[in-house]
Amino acid sequence: MRAGIVSWGAYIPKYRIRTEDIAATWGDDPARIVDLYLVYEKSVEGYDEDAVTIATEAARRALRRGAVDPKRIGAVYSGTESKPYAVKPISSILIDALGLANNVFAVDMEFACKAASDGIVAIAGLVESGRIEYGLAVGTDTSQGEPGEHLDYSASSGGVAYVIGRDGVAAEFETIYTYNSDTPDFWRREGSPYPMHGEGFTGEPAYFRHVVGAAKGLMERHGYKVSDFAYAVFHQPNGRFPMRAASMLGFPPDKVKPGIVVTHIGNTYNASALMGLARVLEQAKPGDKILLVTFGSGAGSNAFVLNVTDAVLERQKADVPKVDEMIADKIYIDYAMYLKNRKMVKLFE
Amino acid sequence: MEHESVPLYWRNIPSYYRLAARRCRKCGEVYYPPVVKCPRCGSSELEDFQLPHEGELVEFTVLRSVPTDYMKQKPLVIGLVKLGPVKVLGQIVDAAPEKLKAGQRMEVVFRRVVVDGKYGLVMYGYKFRPRP
Repeated sequence: MRAGIVSWGAYIPKYRIRTEDIAATWGDDPARIVDLYLVYEKSVEGYDEDAVTIATEAARRALRRGAVDPKRIGAVYSGTESKPYAVKPISSILIDALGLANNVFAVDMEFACKAASDGIVAIAGLVESGRIEYGLAVGTDTSQGEPGEHLDYSASSGGVAYVIGRDGVAAEFETIYTYNSDTPDFWRREGSPYPMHGEGFTGEPAYFRHVVGAAKGLMERHGYKVSDFAYAVFHQPNGRFPMRAASMLGFPPDKVKPGIVVTHIGNTYNASALMGLARVLEQAKPGDKILLVTFGSGAGSNAFVLNVTDAVLERQKADVPKVDEMIADKIYIDYAMYLKNRKMVKLFE
Repeated sequence: MEHESVPLYWRNIPSYYRLAARRCRKCGEVYYPPVVKCPRCGSSELEDFQLPHEGELVEFTVLRSVPTDYMKQKPLVIGLVKLGPVKVLGQIVDAAPEKLKAGQRMEVVFRRVVVDGKYGLVMYGYKFRPRP
């Protein structure tokens, strides 16, 4: 059998801020902003949370869902663009937080919001080569956005972890395709607190070119049709982009909506499409085929075809919080608390 | 506030991160934080014992006068949670104090505990929150 997803775990911090509260702070028309981004509220980390703590919670849940012995994990790769340290890996902290063995490949990966899916690709390769039994790919972010700027309405916090292996696979990787280029749509220089982006430039030459390019490339090379898929999950920087990408590829909305989470938690960056995939896996049936397309600025996309197996039913029964339960379990905060939790209030240190 | 040294923090990582306790092989008593010698029977033969990550809230208190490191996290809610054979003291997060009740189910979460200024180490460890 090919490598695949053995288990998954997601973590969404409890705090939420409503889009209308952000708009009210900065003098924008809330109705126009909600209509523009289709993001009603977004998740915010607690004051004592960061990309490390979020990754740990998601990974613990992934191990628990699949009853995977941490000592059998041979690689841990974390995709993020919000590392608490410039130099000191999240993945090494995960080794001790999760109780992994020391004979484990560990590295943090960076390619904007796409890195976690590159971790999945790398781990699938290690598994299929027989070098490791299981690997853990983690997407985790407390993504940044300048207060009052476009990203302030969507940049949010969350994490997802996938155990990849060949034994006990719940969703097999049938094929993987990638599409990358040098596209300056979004960047953050060393030492800069917030990213900069090319506004309208982030759409056509960046998101749509790469997401649609990767999906089309995969479907043409391997002869897939839209009708082959039960679900399509796309990176979701806002609520509009994935629906438009689906329409460009000919996917009907009912195949895409189950994988949309951005409307209620915002853009969790490296956990964005992968959180949508987790939600889909929590309702998929054996035999379903899923198209997953991630995206990272800079820019690139990875497209995956997943084949859901009988083992998914066992995983769905596990005593692990579901994405929908976490979306519903929330504490609303105002804009002042949001700034405090995100450490955007300047303090003496 | 003076922080725990980096080497001491490093030595304590298994107990801070994963609630790794010690159990006396002779009398069976479990200790958290871990000890090197059993205070009950005096034996030096202790083994690793993993505490469960879910338990029951025994009691809690709300602090509004707090140590310097926690000035920005007021009010600080500190609780005693029964995790298997031992009661563990820790910070309670993600909960309004007025909604907490002794006896309710709690889960262990992994959080930042001490951040050593702008350039120093971020020290992680366990905290508790109500189980949904």
